[in-house]
Amino acid sequence: MAAGKKEPVVVSGLGALDKPASGLLTWVDARFPVMSNWRAHMTEYYAPKNFNFWYFFGSLAMLVLVIQIVTGIFLVMHYKPDADKAFQSVEYIMREVPWGWLIRYMHSTGASMFFIVVYLHMFRGLLYGSYRKPRELVWVFGVMIFLCLMGEAFFGYLLPWGQMSYWGAQVIVNLFGAIPVIGPDLSIWIRGDYVVSDATLNRFFSFHVIAIPLVLLGLVAAHILALHEVGSNNPDGVDINEHKDAKGIPLDGIPFHPYYTIGHDLFAAVVFLIVFSIIVFFAPEMGGYFLESNNFIAADSLKTPPHIAPVWYFTPYYSILRAMVWNFFWIDAKVWGVAGMGASTLIFFFLPWLDRSPVKSIRYRPSLHKYIYAVFVVCFFILGYLGTLPPSPTGQIVSQICMVLYFGFFLGMPWWSRMGQFKPVPDRVTM
Amino acid sequence: MSNEQSVDKDRRNAVVATSVVGGIGTLCTAWPFVNTFAPSEKAKAAGAPVEVDISAVKEGEMIVAEWRGQPVWILKRSPEMMASLTKSKELLADPESKRNPDWTPDYCKNDFRAREDHKELFVCVGICTHLGCSPSGPFTAGANPALLGEEGFVCPCHGSVFDLAGRVWKAKPAPDNLRIPPYKFVSETKLLVGDDGKGA
Amino acid sequence: MKKLLLTLLLAFAAGHAPAALAEDEIKLDHVLADQSTNVQALQHGAQIFVNYCLNCHGAASMRYNRLHDIGLTDEQIKASLLFSGDKVGDLMTIALTKKDGKAWFGAAPPDLSVIARSKSSELGSGPDWLYTYLRSFYRDDSRPTGWNNTVFPNVGMPHVLYELQGTQRAVYKEEKDEHEGKTVRKFEGFELEKPGTLTKLQYDETVSDLVGYLVWMGEPEAAHRKQLGVLVLIFLSLLLLPCAWWLHHVYWKDVH
Repeated sequence: MAAGKKEPVVVSGLGALDKPASGLLTWVDARFPVMSNWRAHMTEYYAPKNFNFWYFFGSLAMLVLVIQIVTGIFLVMHYKPDADKAFQSVEYIMREVPWGWLIRYMHSTGASMFFIVVYLHMFRGLLYGSYRKPRELVWVFGVMIFLCLMGEAFFGYLLPWGQMSYWGAQVIVNLFGAIPVIGPDLSIWIRGDYVVSDATLNRFFSFHVIAIPLVLLGLVAAHILALHEVGSNNPDGVDINEHKDAKGIPLDGIPFHPYYTIGHDLFAAVVFLIVFSIIVFFAPEMGGYFLESNNFIAADSLKTPPHIAPVWYFTPYYSILRAMVWNFFWIDAKVWGVAGMGASTLIFFFLPWLDRSPVKSIRYRPSLHKYIYAVFVVCFFILGYLGTLPPSPTGQIVSQICMVLYFGFFLGMPWWSRMGQFKPVPDRVTM
Repeated sequence: MSNEQSVDKDRRNAVVATSVVGGIGTLCTAWPFVNTFAPSEKAKAAGAPVEVDISAVKEGEMIVAEWRGQPVWILKRSPEMMASLTKSKELLADPESKRNPDWTPDYCKNDFRAREDHKELFVCVGICTHLGCSPSGPFTAGANPALLGEEGFVCPCHGSVFDLAGRVWKAKPAPDNLRIPPYKFVSETKLLVGDDGKGA
Repeated sequence: MKKLLLTLLLAFAAGHAPAALAEDEIKLDHVLADQSTNVQALQHGAQIFVNYCLNCHGAASMRYNRLHDIGLTDEQIKASLLFSGDKVGDLMTIALTKKDGKAWFGAAPPDLSVIARSKSSELGSGPDWLYTYLRSFYRDDSRPTGWNNTVFPNVGMPHVLYELQGTQRAVYKEEKDEHEGKTVRKFEGFELEKPGTLTKLQYDETVSDLVGYLVWMGEPEAAHRKQLGVLVLIFLSLLLLPCAWWLHHVYWKDVH
C-alpha cells in the first residue's frame, strides 16, 4: 500500500526539487548513508496505523529537548556560574539582555514541561505494555533517560542561586550523607566544601551544561535505535509484523514519514506550543510550581527559608523520603528514606520483568487492572501533592499509605497482573 | 522514483501552506535569539556619552579618554601643527573623508576635521581603520621613520600612517581616515564625547 | 476515573489549606488596586521608592533609565530621582554595605529588585504581603528600633513611612483557647496614636502605588510579555493550527 506514497513526492511536495538535489545526494549517498538511514528511520519505518493521542508524547519530548538545548545554549552566553554573581546574572538576563526574559522563561517552563511530557510518555508505556518483550531495552534506555533528566533538572536548579536552589541542593546532597560509613565524606566530596558553595555551583554548572546533556543525547539515540529495531507497539498491543503484504510491508503499518511526522505529530506539536506559550507569556511562575517565590531571594547559607520543597516533578519521591520514619533492623530511618527514594525511581527499570500479564494492552485486561492502575495514579498524585506541603502528621500517615501502595503496585505486579478475566486480543489492530 | 503517480494536489497545497506559515513562525522565533547578541542594557550604559575635562590639556598635548571601551584621542594642536595640515595633501589617500562620510560628522568636514569653533582640538577614536589596533603617536617630525619627517600617528600592527587630523596616507593598509565620534562642547573646558545633540 | 481523581485531590487540598493557615494567624489585606500598569501611580510609587527605600535598600538589577518605561524622561529622572554624581544609566545601588547593614539593623536590608516576586506564599500574593506589611508597623518599646510589625514579627527595619502614616499601637486581646485551655494573645487591630501627614485612605493609596512600583520593578518586561503572548497565540491557533490540521486531513484520508 505504501508503494503509491513514495517519499520524494511528499517530502518536497514540489517535483522540481528532486532533480538538482539528486545529483548531490547521489554523490553524498555514495559516501555517507543518508538515504538508507532516511528510509530506515522515516519513510520505510512502518508504524502501526492506530496510534492515539498517547503516542504524541515521544515526539513532543524530542521537541522539548530541542527547546531546552537551544535556549540553554543562549542562556550560557549570559549566565555567570559564580556564587557572587549567579543570582544577579539571572536578573541581568531577565532585564538587560535583549529578549533574555523570553529565553529564560522558555527554559524554565521547558524544564517542567519536559517532565509532564515524559511522565505521560511513560504512562503510555504502562497502559499498553510497551515495555514487554521484545521492547525491554527500549524501556530500560527510557528509564535511563528519565534518571538523566532528573539529574539534569537537579543540577540546573542550583544555577539561579536562589534560596530554593541552595537549600534544595543542600538537602539532596546530604542524602548521600546517609550512606553508611562513607556517607559524610562523600557528601563533602560532592560539594567540594562543607556547605553548598561556589565550588558546588561550578561543578553543577559543568554537569548541567555539558556532562549530562552528552549522556542524554546518547541515550536518546539508543532509545530510538532500539525502538526502530523492534518496531513500535500500539494501543492494541498486537504485533503488526505478523501480517505483511507481498512486499513484506506490514498490512497495518504506515510509513512514519509523512504519516506520523507531518500528518500527525506536527499537529500535536502546535497544540503543545500553544499550551507552552500560554505558560511562558501569561503564567511563567505557574503559581509558584514552575518558578518558586523563594527562589527570588538570593542564596543565604545562614538562613533556611521557613518552608522548602523541591520542584513539583520531584515531590512524589520526596514524599517517600519523608514517609520513612522507622528504624528497621538497627538502620536509621534516614537511610531507609534515602533507600526508599532511590528505590521508587529505580524500580521502573524492572517493569518489563515484573509484568506477567498474558496481554500487553490495558484494553484487553480485566477491570481489576484498571482499578489498580487508577489507585497507582492517585497515589502518585497524592505523594506529589504532599511533597509540596510542609510536613504534617496527617500528611505523614497518608504518604505512608500511598508509599506502600506505590511499592505494592510494582512488587505485587507478578501476581496481580495474572489475575482476572482477560478479553480476547484481536488478530489485527483496531482503528 | 515518483513518476508512477502524479503529485497529490491537496497534499502539495497543504505542505506549501504549512511551510510558508511555519517558515514565518520559525523566522519570528529566531529573531529574539539572534537579538540576544546585541549590546545589553549594561553595555549600552557603559557606552553612554562621557564627559571629559580638557582644561588641563596644553598645546601640543594629547589625552586619551574612554568611550564605549575604545580610546578616544583628544589632541590640542599647536598653530604649527595646524599649518602642516593645510600644507599639502599629496600623501593623503582620502583628504575629504569621502570614502566613509558617516565617520566624519558634518561639523568636522573641513581640513582640520574638527569643530569650527574649536579647530585646534582634534577628537577621534584611536582605532586603526584597518584591523582595529590602536596607532601610536603623535610623533614629532623625525621621531618615526615611517612618517618620512612629517608629524602624525603610526599603527604598530601593519604600519598604517595617519596625519594629525587622522587622515590616512596613500598606499597603506588602512582604507579609511580615523573615525571621529559625535562630540560637543558643554562648556569651554568640558567636552561631551558620544553625543553631539543630534541624537547620534 | 479522571473525575474521581480530581475529586480526591480537591478534597485533599481543601482539607489541608486551613491547617497551614492556622499556625501563622496572619491575614493579608488585599492591595487597594493593582497599580503595576498605571503610569501615574507608578511614577508616584517610584518617587516614594527612591525617597524612602533607596537609602538602605538597593535595587541592584534595576537601572534608572528603565524608568523610561513608566513615562519618565532622562531630565525628570535627573531632576528628581538621581543622587548627584549618578548617571541615568546607573544601577540603583546603594553605598550601604552588607556588613554595615547587618551591624545597624541586625540583618542586611535585602535588595528590592525582585522583592514583590519573592513574597508570595500560602498566605497570599507578594503584593498583598507588601501592602499589609507596610501598613502594619506599630510602636514597640521592647525593640531596639522602637518599632515592630504584625506581619514580620521582630523586624529589623524601623517604620520609614511613619511621618506619612503616623504612629499606631497594636491592640491584643487575651483569649482562652477552647480546646487546650491555654491563654492566647489575639490580635485585634491597630489604634492610631498620632496622625501622620496623610489620612488613612491617602496612606493606603500611597502604599498601593509603592507596591505597584515594586511589582513593576520585579519584572519590567511583564506588560510587553503579555502583549507579545497575545500575538503568538493568535499566530499559533489561527494560522499554524489549521495548517497542521489540514496536513493531517490530506495525509490520513487514505488510511483506513
